[in-house]
Amino acid sequence: MIARSLSLFAGLFALILVIGWLMGVPFTSSRLVEATAYALIALGLNIQWGYGGLFNFGIMGFLMLGGFAVTFISYPINPSFWGSDGPWMLGRAALAFGAGALLVYAARQSHRLGLRGGWKTFTIVLAWSVAYCLYRSQIDPAAAYIESTAGFVGGLGINPVFGWLFGGVLAAGVALIVGKIALGLRTDYLAIATIGISEIIRALIKNMDWLTRGTLTVSPIPWPTPLPQEYQASGADQLSSLILARGGYLALALLVLAAAIWLVSRAYAGPWGRMMRAIRDNHVAASSMGKDVKSRQLEIFVLGSVLMGIGGAMLVSFTQIFDPSSYQPINHTFLIWVMIIVGGAGNNWGAVFGAVLIWLVWVISEPLAKTIFETASYWSTSVGWPEIPDIESRSAQMRVFVLGLVITIALRYAPKGLIPEVVRRDS
Amino acid sequence: MTEFIFFINQVVISGAVLGCIYALGAVGITLIFGILRFAHFAHSELMTSGAFFAFLLAALFASWGIVTPIPMGFVVLPLAMVLSAIFALGVDKGFYAPLRQRGAKPVILLIASIGVTLMVQGLIRLFFGAGSYSFFENETKDVFRVDTSFLGSTRPLVITEPQLLMIIVTIISVLALHFFLTRSRLGKAMRAMADNADLAQVSGINTALVVRVTWVVAGALACMAGTMLALDVTLKPDLAFNIIIPIFAAAIVGGLGQAYGAIAGGLLIGFAESLAVFNWTMVLRPLNGVLPEALQLPATLALVPTEYKLTVAFVILVVVLLVRPTGIFKGASS
Repeated sequence: MIARSLSLFAGLFALILVIGWLMGVPFTSSRLVEATAYALIALGLNIQWGYGGLFNFGIMGFLMLGGFAVTFISYPINPSFWGSDGPWMLGRAALAFGAGALLVYAARQSHRLGLRGGWKTFTIVLAWSVAYCLYRSQIDPAAAYIESTAGFVGGLGINPVFGWLFGGVLAAGVALIVGKIALGLRTDYLAIATIGISEIIRALIKNMDWLTRGTLTVSPIPWPTPLPQEYQASGADQLSSLILARGGYLALALLVLAAAIWLVSRAYAGPWGRMMRAIRDNHVAASSMGKDVKSRQLEIFVLGSVLMGIGGAMLVSFTQIFDPSSYQPINHTFLIWVMIIVGGAGNNWGAVFGAVLIWLVWVISEPLAKTIFETASYWSTSVGWPEIPDIESRSAQMRVFVLGLVITIALRYAPKGLIPEVVRRDS
Repeated sequence: MTEFIFFINQVVISGAVLGCIYALGAVGITLIFGILRFAHFAHSELMTSGAFFAFLLAALFASWGIVTPIPMGFVVLPLAMVLSAIFALGVDKGFYAPLRQRGAKPVILLIASIGVTLMVQGLIRLFFGAGSYSFFENETKDVFRVDTSFLGSTRPLVITEPQLLMIIVTIISVLALHFFLTRSRLGKAMRAMADNADLAQVSGINTALVVRVTWVVAGALACMAGTMLALDVTLKPDLAFNIIIPIFAAAIVGGLGQAYGAIAGGLLIGFAESLAVFNWTMVLRPLNGVLPEALQLPATLALVPTEYKLTVAFVILVVVLLVRPTGIFKGASS
């Protein structure tokens, strides 16, 4: 098993070298940083699906939360917002939100006053609608005011590493709410519910222009490590400054990944991991042994989402731009699932391997398809047939097809993944 | 009265059109779930590819110089539905049947259907690019304006020809589906298998045939839904991919496995979406004359802003899952 994993990782390393040789160092170094962030995200999904058997199809939402968090924490302060009435109006909106939440909570407790059945339902629905109207009446003018005067809230100007942490915290908070709502559902329902919730998160982040600037995008978001421009200012030439800067970012990202793998592997090898596998494989038996299945599942859902939030934040601060409309379910949810399925669910190294491999396949399938099309076009024109039109845009679409092909082949011929879960049986 | 006609134009007609499309898609999803016990995510691609089949056939007919009184998309619909049914059978044979034979869990089949989604979408984009197409490049989209001045309205009732045909075709196919499921031998076998697959098999029902019929019905209905959606708006490669979640929401709200539930759920979600973004100020404007200065209505008074239209379906879905997890009609469980 170990020999197989080692040879697979050696093959991956050789693939990286070949890509570096063919596509150049700047391209490859960027892809490696992204691959590291995706490895962290895949690790998060591995915790949820591989350990816990939870079906999370809302990864995109958690990545967006992470991206928003790092933007909010690390983007420079916007003085025209803090100098205006905006903070005060937002404070009133927050108060309205709190009052609405209290009202709903009170309605949910109304059975203590003797309200039963239909009357209680009616009270709860009424409380929800009053709370909604109250909040809308405060937030709508505040949003319009901020958008017209200051543009958007701006950031806090703190180090991006804190933004990554905040991404994890924000994702954890949302995952707690989502988990409380959705984790009681069966797998198919859970899948659809999580997709729905991630679409709600996307719609909110995309349209709350006062908070996130929506489709106008926010850039440039600072790096936690020195930028290439800073190396150039101190006299380095273009290529070496690029390599130094990206190397620094890669080192930091790898450090985070290594820490995550170490912690997760320690937990997985211990009693906690055994309990999780027991719950995944037979939750009835686990609950009969006194394990609180529901709160353990919630725990694992939150833990996985934290890694997704941090990974999403790393991706955004690397590309230096937060563009809510660039998030697509294919690129940010299904891609991660393919990584886990191909790599091997339930095995951390499998998840990391799958993440790096699939990310590389995803990014090189476009230039590869272009080369193939151009060659085919060359041969077809030399025998007198017309050439293939629109090679550029067509080859860009090929990666979606390649992704589908990879997942189909993996499910058919290696359903447990390339580095499958190791089931240890103590005799 | 003007306000009432405006309400019909904005909510009733658009809600009915959206609801019909959701309902037709959701019926397919719910039938597949009832028989094969997995959430068929690639249904969106059956819809999109069905619409492209219809588009190609319409272009072919137009190039032969055939002119029809109703939009070409509806004339070629039966042929496109046959092609789609064959396509759906092929997808099942190539991708899902081998996994089923291995005894894979429903979750694995769901992931496989995502693989199919990606492959079909990649192929469509490879051949048709990312642009959008219209069925009405060579013919005009007739718009009926029903004069309602006898009701005291200054606005006409507006409905386009495809929308009117769409509602009629949906009603006909729902009735046909009803008679198929309740009267025909195969339909009864399908319902039996949805209730209890093992029991159906020992009673001598040919389950392999039932599975094939399910795919034929689901593929044909998906093609119908996709083509009608493309006729109402425009045809593009992510046509149905964008609405697959509301369709799933419709199927779940109606109770997975319940054909009538899916129709009810589709209409419910369609109407809820158009009702939620409706601007009530347009209807309540006469009240401005009665209300005091401080309570004048704002320019837009919608339940949710227009950009959040798609989230309405998800909110309904989440609420239904919380309050009644098996859907309005009690759904099957896997």
